[in-house]
Amino acid sequence: METVLDTTQTLIEVSAIIAIVAVAASVILLLYRAILGPTNPDRAVALDTIGINLMALAGLIAILLVTTKFNDVVLLIGILLFIGTVALAKFLEKGVIIERDVD
Amino acid sequence: MTRTNDIILRTTTTLIAFILLGFSAYLFFAGHNAPGGGFIGGLMTSAAIVLMYMAYGIKSMEKILPINFRHIIPVGLLIAALTGIGGLLFDQPFLTQTFAYFQLPVLGKTELATALLFDLGVYLAVVGVTMTIILTIANDRGEEEGV
Repeated sequence: METVLDTTQTLIEVSAIIAIVAVAASVILLLYRAILGPTNPDRAVALDTIGINLMALAGLIAILLVTTKFNDVVLLIGILLFIGTVALAKFLEKGVIIERDVD
Repeated sequence: MTRTNDIILRTTTTLIAFILLGFSAYLFFAGHNAPGGGFIGGLMTSAAIVLMYMAYGIKSMEKILPINFRHIIPVGLLIAALTGIGGLLFDQPFLTQTFAYFQLPVLGKTELATALLFDLGVYLAVVGVTMTIILTIANDRGEEEGV
């Protein structure tokens, strides 16, 4: 029984580390897009996706550290990401983020 | 220029702002035993309000939420100061906090701490400051255009 538990623990740790490496690689590729993206919407989409990868990283690190304290952080990053992306999109399309009178 | 139609943004805003306000209340009340507290709860509440402002514009939001956020800052500071003075009433040093267990109808045995009232002051001050900063900047541009 002990050995089975040990094996599952190491399995979870190893798979979490592999997933972290994969997510980190995707963040690097997205950084390439965010820096060299020819237009501003390209950069906005790249930053949005980097944020989603950060959510994944927070979740994976919570698995690695065996804690539940990061669960709020995942939700928080998602919410702030959504608001930031909406603000960026509004700025790119209309030039103002908070309009005086919509219609 | 064709008129833009924000129906997707507005429909998701009604749902997401609701979830955001619930999450901010959760963070505010969880602050005693888990990550969270007045500061991040206040920031989440103001994020929800900013999202509604982005979706509906300043004019409609002033009808929906007729609050001058500048008045919330002194209210929060007053609550925080009064919880400190409350300690003095019981011959304790300033800002002494205490807690007790109560039998509440729905929640059962609950620990109620006076630190929650202090946190409420922090919460209101953070909401007031954040919304004042954002709305002052947003209003500034509109007045310039009007001139």
